[in-house]
Amino acid sequence: MASESSHSVYYVPEQSKFPFFASIGLFLTVFGLGNILNDIAAGSPVMGSTGIALTGFTILSVILFNWFATVIRENHAGLNNDQLKRSYVWGMGWFIFSEVMFFAAFFGALFYVRQLAVPWIGGEGAKGITGDVLWPEFQAAWPLLVNPDPTLFTNPHDGLNVKEWTPGFFAGYLPFWNTVILITSSVTLHYAHVALKAENRKRLIQWMVVTVSLGLIFLGLQALEYIEAYGHYGITLNSGIYGSTFFLLTGFHGFHVTLGTFMLIVMLLRCIKGHFKPDDHFGFEATAWYWHFVDVVWVGLFIFVYCL
Amino acid sequence: MSAHDHHHGPAKGLSRWLYTTNHKDIGSMYLWFSFAMFLLGGTFALVIRAELFQPGLQFVEPNFFNQMTTMHGLVMVFGAVMPAFVGLANWMIPLMIGAPDMALPRMNNWSFWILPFAFAMLVSTLFMEGGGPNFGWTFYAPLSTTYAPASVTFFIFAVHIMGASSIMGSINVIATILNMRAPGMTLMKMPLFVWTWLITAYLLIAVMPVLAGVVTMMLFDIHFGTSFFSAAGGGDPVLFQHLFWFFGHPEVYIMILPAFGIVSAIIPTFARKRLFGYDSMVYATASIAFLSFIVWAHHMFTVGMPLAGQLFFMYATMLIAVPTGVKVFNWVATMFRGAMTFETPMLFAIAFVVLFTLGGFTGVMLAITPADFQYHDTYFVVAHFHYVLVPGAVFSLMAAAYYWLPKWTGYMYDETLGKLHFWLSFIGVNLLFFPQHFLGLAGMPRRIPDYALQFANFNWISSVGGFLFGFSQLILLFVVIKCIKGGKKATAQVWEGAQGLEWTVPSPAPYHTFETPPDPSLIKAQ
Amino acid sequence: MLSKAKLWLSLALGTLIFWSAGLHAAWDLNMPRGVTQMSRDTYDLHMTIFWWCVAIGVVVFGAMLWSIINHRKSKGVQPATFHESTKVEIVWTLIPFLILIAMAIPATRVLTAAYDTTESELDIQIIGYQWRWEYRYMRESMDEEEVSFFSVLSTSREEINNDVEKGENYLLEVDRPLVIPTNTKVRFLMTSADVIHAWWVPDFAIKKDTIPGFINETWVIVEEPGIYRGQCAELCGMDHGFMPIEVHALERADYDAWYAQQQENVRQIQQLAGSAITMQDAMAQGEQIYNRNCVACHQAGGVGMPPVFPAIAGSAKATGDVAVTMETLVHGVPGTAMAAYGRQLNPIELASIITYVRNAYGNSTGDLVQPADVNAYIQEGQ
Ligand code: HEA
Ligand code: HEA
Ligand code: HEC
Ligand code: CUA
Ligand SMILES: [Cu+2]
Repeated sequence: MASESSHSVYYVPEQSKFPFFASIGLFLTVFGLGNILNDIAAGSPVMGSTGIALTGFTILSVILFNWFATVIRENHAGLNNDQLKRSYVWGMGWFIFSEVMFFAAFFGALFYVRQLAVPWIGGEGAKGITGDVLWPEFQAAWPLLVNPDPTLFTNPHDGLNVKEWTPGFFAGYLPFWNTVILITSSVTLHYAHVALKAENRKRLIQWMVVTVSLGLIFLGLQALEYIEAYGHYGITLNSGIYGSTFFLLTGFHGFHVTLGTFMLIVMLLRCIKGHFKPDDHFGFEATAWYWHFVDVVWVGLFIFVYCL
Repeated sequence: MSAHDHHHGPAKGLSRWLYTTNHKDIGSMYLWFSFAMFLLGGTFALVIRAELFQPGLQFVEPNFFNQMTTMHGLVMVFGAVMPAFVGLANWMIPLMIGAPDMALPRMNNWSFWILPFAFAMLVSTLFMEGGGPNFGWTFYAPLSTTYAPASVTFFIFAVHIMGASSIMGSINVIATILNMRAPGMTLMKMPLFVWTWLITAYLLIAVMPVLAGVVTMMLFDIHFGTSFFSAAGGGDPVLFQHLFWFFGHPEVYIMILPAFGIVSAIIPTFARKRLFGYDSMVYATASIAFLSFIVWAHHMFTVGMPLAGQLFFMYATMLIAVPTGVKVFNWVATMFRGAMTFETPMLFAIAFVVLFTLGGFTGVMLAITPADFQYHDTYFVVAHFHYVLVPGAVFSLMAAAYYWLPKWTGYMYDETLGKLHFWLSFIGVNLLFFPQHFLGLAGMPRRIPDYALQFANFNWISSVGGFLFGFSQLILLFVVIKCIKGGKKATAQVWEGAQGLEWTVPSPAPYHTFETPPDPSLIKAQ
Repeated sequence: MLSKAKLWLSLALGTLIFWSAGLHAAWDLNMPRGVTQMSRDTYDLHMTIFWWCVAIGVVVFGAMLWSIINHRKSKGVQPATFHESTKVEIVWTLIPFLILIAMAIPATRVLTAAYDTTESELDIQIIGYQWRWEYRYMRESMDEEEVSFFSVLSTSREEINNDVEKGENYLLEVDRPLVIPTNTKVRFLMTSADVIHAWWVPDFAIKKDTIPGFINETWVIVEEPGIYRGQCAELCGMDHGFMPIEVHALERADYDAWYAQQQENVRQIQQLAGSAITMQDAMAQGEQIYNRNCVACHQAGGVGMPPVFPAIAGSAKATGDVAVTMETLVHGVPGTAMAAYGRQLNPIELASIITYVRNAYGNSTGDLVQPADVNAYIQEGQ
């Protein structure tokens, strides 16, 4: 019977409770979050709303955990044929593409304000009349240290952006070290992958530990960087468009690094538990792609947010 | 273990629908959901039309009117049309390419179940303090940020999870098409519906994240003090529009490309003649998709872009008429010297070609920048997009429903009622939207609850048409239910001239199909 | 059978249309040709594209109709088997392309002209507010009196609520129209104080968004004296449908006289603001202002629409400390729909409306606020 030789048959899972309850979890999460934000705006207590959001998030996490566990179990049980594995590959690939487009929106916003909006408000370019009539005091500059209307958006402190591009400068420049760290972590992850393919489990685990550590160090430095920005430079979410673009770009990147690090930790644990075969380790590869993607985004950030 | 259960039919009771991984069940749920949303969005539209029946304020407050306009647009676009196409994709793509199911069945169910929750949250904003979103479906900042009702937060999150659903759905479609085709089903042998969906899914994955990004910026402007859309902090309200329309324009093609696919299946069937110019159809679809990324600012001709920008977006927009024209000509050439019959699906398909083209013509008129200065934000635009969306996208959905109903249910639908539905819809829709061209040209702005006296006549006609069209849709509901309950047994082939793998399986299509790939000799060039 | 049904339907429709024709007169089908070179160019462009589309439509729909009539199965035809022809496909790719070029050339010309805002003889700043327009005539020198005023819908609420017969210019009339000279290149500098609006007068073929924080420019040369009407064309909130535009174009000499009169008025108000008003005058003028400016949100009788729009009747801010009422009116409540009226109303009007809200709708503080008090309050803030 066809069902006996199910290895060559595309695996269509039976009914599953995961999706439906994951939807409930997702719904409660965002519904709770929405309520939290509106409570804060209205000055009401946020306890109840936080409860909803946390319940939702817990449900969602538990389900996703079990969902992935099930997929892994099915793979170990030999239910996944090559074709299904290709589906996962396509799925992950297009998911990363969607993430690229998400960042593209924020990069697009950055380019737009730098090239068009801020110069116009400053009286330059095709719509420079804006500045002449409405903002006679305002001078276009990047980083934007003096906002068009400082009463609404607090100006950052002075002293930002004295970049000299000397070796000494780089030595003390956090973003530079973060770049080094993240690129290195991509390399170490690659070596872990090589080790996995060479069936050298010990190497694999060593490289994975190094990669995870680099990820964590990056996050730590990024936190320092934020403290510096908020405390020292007065760059905040509320300090005008420079802070807005800076924090949303680096913030969403940081969020992705967090997720990526979490995924790497899971992969590390799975490596320790003896998962993955040299020719069958898509979970590992997907994580690796994700990590490389996060790395590439950082390079873009380093160039466009920090350097230029 | 589970391999044995494979040949079982569906599970019993509610759990069949909640926990299903079957593409046909999920497809049906999408279709029912979208129909419900169509009635809901249509009901909002009828509130609009009732208020606009006469000058003066009769039924609703201006603020509520704006909520109706906004919700009508959002529910129709995201709740009715898009899920309906996803439903068809779920049902038909595996059948058309000879696959046992969608590539990622569990995620498929998740994509669906997010939607009812997202819309429950969206629609519930109408009952919140301060009212629901009232800033139009295009939610321009700062009306949608600084000046928005508190419920905007839930609107934003609803858009987020809806977007997640769309992205997962599209990933599934792409993986299915690229990975699950039966042996012998080469790309250039795929039915056009599959092709158009492949390209649509690509568009979705490219633009939904941008929408997510822009609503996220709104969220931060509202709750965390950022200044993306405020000049006082160096931002720009127009930035919002660029980002929105980078999503929004491809979005309108997301709502029409699958329609092209449907019509390209139906016309050859009832003309009993192969589709003319298959290859050029594929290339035209791809060109439209490509162009759709570089024309977004034609929605923003009046925001005061620099001249070079205006010219670029005008030329690029006009170019879209060329590949779309190729499609229209191909359909006409398919009918030419065929042997046509005019069952309900064909009637809807023919009406689609005519009325969509009409909407396309007004689209080209809108693309001419100086003329758009007069048309923009008037009922001329409303007429344009309803012509491409209602007798465009929605008619194609009706055509699809009639065309495949026998395959889904195993019974023929009631042809007389089908024709009645068509004629009432056809007359209704034209009464409803044709006079809006005149209104717009004469100067009636859109999104207003009350108007000057010279607009009274055509508004009155339009409202009558609206109610006629709206209530005619209940016939469809009736026909579908009747068809599910029984009727004349449908054969596997159903239609004399139909081509493609879906017609090789019995009617109704068994719960599981193509668990083993179909015989390659069944796969013919379209 | 079907055709019979169609016949009945068209008969019924025909009757309905005839009947309604008696009710209202206007059956305008097309765009107005307008009163500027720009609007005529736009109209011609519009007609050019329109006829191109009609021509293409005739060919395409003609071919379809012909096939539908002649190639139906019921006529016993056999379907042909052809399904592609590279030659034909190239032709029908090229022809539309050429037609588009034919459309693009005049379009480019008209657009380029529309962008030429140089050499204007008069500059007027147009500022959109929820839901009124401000017009500010740009002065040659700072010594001149600045002529600037707000322009608000003057159609009464009773007309809108169908309590009385609607007037001829229902919803298209304002209290103070924009006045411009004919045959003069007038440049408009547009911006907004809150959300995006769009200033649109069809007869000028001008529609431009007013973006908060940015300036958009456009220009007009009106050839015919007359009254031209338009509306806000960008959704701007609740009363988007109720912020019309009315422009009076006057011969140059008439315009100059009007402008001089405006300057004179400004001087007079400056003087009057020093003198006192009576309670009676204040309440009468206050009521007028209330019905024009405030009633949309705070409603007739001052009952408001809680929770968003608070009631005036019994409001703590209207009955407590005068300074608070004054602050609410002069500076508005930032971040809410309550706008700052300090610039929109002159000191006499401000004094009247403040007095009014403190004494109407059962609020009976009994105090009379004088223009001088308002002036003092405003000065103090600076
Ligand atoms: C399914 C949805 C759909 C589709 C397919 C289209 C198709 C097109 N649209 Fe439309 N459009 C919308 C949905 C859609 N639109 C919506 C929803 C809005 C309003 C959004 C809002 O503001 O709320 C809008 C608004 C809109 C605007 C902005 C108007 C304004 O706000 O001022 C413009 C301007 O360029 C435009 C242009 C076009 C063009 C050029 C096409 C072309 O693709 C049409 C091409 C087709 C043809 C031209 C017909 C067939 C061709 C031939 C027979 C060949 C020969 C023809 C010629 C040479 C002319 N559309
Ligand atoms: C696919 C999308 C789609 C569809 C199908 C429609 C369908 C209709 N639309 Fe529209 N519409 C939009 C998309 C769509 N629309 C968008 C995007 C906008 C812009 C919004 C904005 O400006 O922000 C818009 C705006 C819009 C306006 C302008 C509003 C304004 O500017 O203020 C109007 C006015 O007439 C209108 C009317 C209609 C009507 C009468 C229908 C009819 O086709 C509807 C048919 C009616 C029904 C289907 C109702 C059936 C229900 C019953 C009979 C009741 C039964 C009830 C139960 C069983 C519970 N729509
Ligand atoms: C666009 C709507 C709008 C218009 C027009 C408007 N207001 Fe208000 N008004 C508001 C809103 C909203 C508030 C509440 C602000 C807040 O949240 O504190 C308010 C508050 C007030 C208050 C304080 C009430 C209280 O107890 O908090 C007074 C007094 C007032 N307005 C008077 C006026 C007068 C007088 C006018 C006309 C000259 C006017 N308003 C026009 C929207 C409006
Ligand atoms: Cu102002 Cu619309
Ligand atoms: Cu578009």
